[in-house]
Amino acid sequence: MTQAGQDALLRELAPQVLGAVVRRYGDFSAAEDAVQEALIAAAMQWPAQGVPDNPRGWLIRVAGRRMSDHLRAELARRRRETVVVMQATEEAPAPDEAPVQDDTLILLFMCCHPALTRPSAIALTLRAVGGLTTVEIANAFLVPEATMAQRISRAKQSIQKSAIGFEMPNADDRAERLGAVLHVLYLIFNEGYASSVGTQLQRVDLSSEAIRMARAVHQLLPDHEEAAGLLALMILTDARRAARTGPDGELIPLDEQDRTRWDAAAITEGVALISRALSRGAVGVYQLQAAIAAVHDEAARHEDTDWPQILALYGLLKRMTDNPMVALSYAIAAAMVHGPAVGLALLDELDREGRLAGHYRLDAVRGHLRELAGDRVAALAHYRAAASRTTSIPERNYLISRAARLSTGS
Amino acid sequence: MKFMLMMNAPRGDGDWGVMSWPPEDLTAHIRFMKDFAQELSKSGELVAAEGLASPAQARIVRAGKDAPEVTDGPFAEAKEFLAGYWIVDVESAEQAYAIAARASAAPGPHGKPLNLAIEVREVMCAPSVEA
Repeated sequence: MTQAGQDALLRELAPQVLGAVVRRYGDFSAAEDAVQEALIAAAMQWPAQGVPDNPRGWLIRVAGRRMSDHLRAELARRRRETVVVMQATEEAPAPDEAPVQDDTLILLFMCCHPALTRPSAIALTLRAVGGLTTVEIANAFLVPEATMAQRISRAKQSIQKSAIGFEMPNADDRAERLGAVLHVLYLIFNEGYASSVGTQLQRVDLSSEAIRMARAVHQLLPDHEEAAGLLALMILTDARRAARTGPDGELIPLDEQDRTRWDAAAITEGVALISRALSRGAVGVYQLQAAIAAVHDEAARHEDTDWPQILALYGLLKRMTDNPMVALSYAIAAAMVHGPAVGLALLDELDREGRLAGHYRLDAVRGHLRELAGDRVAALAHYRAAASRTTSIPERNYLISRAARLSTGS
Repeated sequence: MKFMLMMNAPRGDGDWGVMSWPPEDLTAHIRFMKDFAQELSKSGELVAAEGLASPAQARIVRAGKDAPEVTDGPFAEAKEFLAGYWIVDVESAEQAYAIAARASAAPGPHGKPLNLAIEVREVMCAPSVEA
């Protein structure tokens, strides 16, 4: 088995093993540490000794041993008899215990609990469900390992304190909690997507991890339209990855991308997913965004883009969410259908609302629309204002070069 | 030994001098910075490196007597500002100076070296272990 194959296997097995160990011992926090140690042990031993016949059983056994050590230490600390521990050790989970399908879902519900801060939920999800190591997660977010370890351990303390049991939330809570799960996966994807530029030595690919977990959720809940919508959105967006940046990591906007470099197979899969979800009723924000991504992906050239359809979809989305970024995208689509003046008027309206006050995106879009309208001087001023406000280096570089191109007239 | 290399950049007309560069010179500058960070990372000398957002967003915060005071950054009259930094782990101060000199020679308009002022400061550390 290749190194990549082995990593993939470990990440796939991680939530199953954790589920089995939590079921057996009950202590989520300690079980999560034990599984992490088992994963690290496997990553060190398997390349040399080969993958065991029953990798899942191997991991459960090793994690179970760590749990026994942990319990023994705990008990010693409390100066109690060790007899109980011996019993627990003997009752270690049978390696051939059948995987419980719902474990991944239960773990996601635990890790994405609304009581956790977003960064904590993201880190814990990547470790407990994604099977990534603390080092990998720390590298992905460019923070020191100790910081990430602390973030994860505090997240687990919050879970422990709030006494969330290892069980399916009841039907009332489930919808809301699933919403939180989808949002966390969406944020992980975005983090990977936004940081897929520039120097990325030794960074795990967060977008691929998010897609993998979204795929698992979709498989467990095939009839959930928004879970399907989110997966489709990720696949359709990720399909453009190769065309999205130039050789030096510079951003290439949608209208200048070499569309032959888009991943045709991924587009086919995403379009099929979103078409099926949309035909079933209950339309949600992820499905609408996926539908918009699909319309872009299906245009062989930028000038073939079906802007009226995109405008209609943003219109629906605008009614479902009061996110000002959606209103901004709506204004762009309106400009593409009805001309830049209409778009600029919508931006003025948005500006008066004040929710995007000082946001670089407002200036960036104004720059584009002024440029479309042939007003070079105004476009230049907006691009420069946007460049001095963005905190993303690739975006800043993009905006500065856009401005530079205008000022030299090339 | 760890050193912090602080890159001071000229303020220019707007927030950033780079805003008025020709596009190809900007691209060359970006490529240089990217390659530079990658080389330092590969050689095992890079500890951390960050670029800072525009000086217009800088604020000075003081605890104050009654409530924290937040005022605009000190850049109104300044000709130069801190644009970013590297922290490198090297064997000697000379090595840190050599790295700083390379950073200082980053290409500017028409590919000419910028000759940026790089402030090199040693990072303090724990006391060395007694033998």
